[in-house]
Amino acid sequence: MTVAISLARELTRADAVAAAIDGVEDELVFCATGMISREAFAAGDRARSFYTIGSMGLVASLGLGAALARPDERVLVLDGDGSVLMGMGGLAMIAERAPRNLTHVVLDNGTYGSTGDQRAISDAVPLDEVARACGYAHVVQVDSRPALERELRCAREADGPVFVHVRVAPGNVRGIGRVTLDPEEIARRFRESVS
Amino acid sequence: MNGPVFRALLLEHGFDFFTGVPDSTFHTLWVELDADPAYVSATSENLALGLAAGAQLAGRQPAVVMQNSGLGLSLNAFTSLLQLYRIPVLVVVGWRGHDPDDAPEHRLIGARWAELLDSVDLSHAVLEEGRENEALAHATAHLRDRGTPYVLVVPPGVIQ
Repeated sequence: MTVAISLARELTRADAVAAAIDGVEDELVFCATGMISREAFAAGDRARSFYTIGSMGLVASLGLGAALARPDERVLVLDGDGSVLMGMGGLAMIAERAPRNLTHVVLDNGTYGSTGDQRAISDAVPLDEVARACGYAHVVQVDSRPALERELRCAREADGPVFVHVRVAPGNVRGIGRVTLDPEEIARRFRESVS
Repeated sequence: MNGPVFRALLLEHGFDFFTGVPDSTFHTLWVELDADPAYVSATSENLALGLAAGAQLAGRQPAVVMQNSGLGLSLNAFTSLLQLYRIPVLVVVGWRGHDPDDAPEHRLIGARWAELLDSVDLSHAVLEEGRENEALAHATAHLRDRGTPYVLVVPPGVIQ
C-alpha cells in the first residue's frame, strides 16, 4: 500500500540550500550531485564544501567517511531524495556507525530535479520514517525556511547523527550555472582546508 | 601469508581506515577486520568506495576490501568520483572465479575483471605469494604519486 505524499509545498530547494549554506560556520559540507551542488555553489562557495558531479547515491557515504575520519569536525550532508533512494544502504551505515558529528539534510521534492523533474518514488515512501527505523539519533521534518534554520542550529550542537527531512517544492531555478571548479581542484582545496 | 600478518603489513604501509564487503577468498583477513571496532562494514561495494573517498579527503589512508563480484557495481564510484577527483584509495579484491571449479556466478567476472578495469583505466596488479611487501610498496607509491585508486587482486590461497 503506497502513501500518497503531497508535493504542494512552499519552500523551494534553492531557498533551503541557501539557508543551509548561509548558516554554516566551519562544517565540512558534502553536496549531492546535480542541482544541489549547483545551488550550494551559487549560494556561497567555500573550500570546505565538496561538490559532487556524478557519483549519484554516494554523498551520504562520503559524509560518513569524513565524519568518522575527523570526529573533531562537524559534517553536513546536503542530500536529495533521489540520491538517498539510490543509496539507501547509506542510511543504515550512518545509523550503525552513529557519528555524533554528522547532520544529514535530505531535500525531498519527490522528483529527479537534475534530469528534468521525473517522478521519484519518495512521493510514496516517507524517508524520515526510514531514517527513524534505521536508528538515527534525531529525526526532524521541516517545511519552512525558519524551521530549517532552527533545526540546523540545533543539529550543530546535538549528538547526532541527525536526519533533517526538508519537504521542498519540485522545480529548478532557471539559469543556474554549473559548478565552475575542476573536480581535482574541489578535492585538493577541500583536503587542504581539513588538514 | 595469513590475515593477521597481511593486516599488520597494511598498517605498516600506512593504511589506517578500513571498510568493505566480505569475501571468502581471504577468510582470516575478515576475522581481523571484524574484530576491529573501527572497521566499517559497508552495505555495498560502491558505498564502501564512497566512504573511503570521504575518509581520504579528510586525511586518512583507506583500504577497501571486497570480492571481484563488487567491481561492476563500483564502476560509477571509480569513474565519476575516485578517478575524476583523484582520490587515492587502495582496493583489495578477492579473485573468485580464478579456479575453474569455482561457483558458476563467478566465471565471467573471474575471467574478465582485468579487461573491465583496463576499460576504465584503473591501475591494478595481482598479489603474488611471498611478494606482499613489495606489492604494497608499489601500491602506496602509485597512490602517492598518481593520486588515483589502485586495485590489488588476490588469488585464492595467497592470504590463507
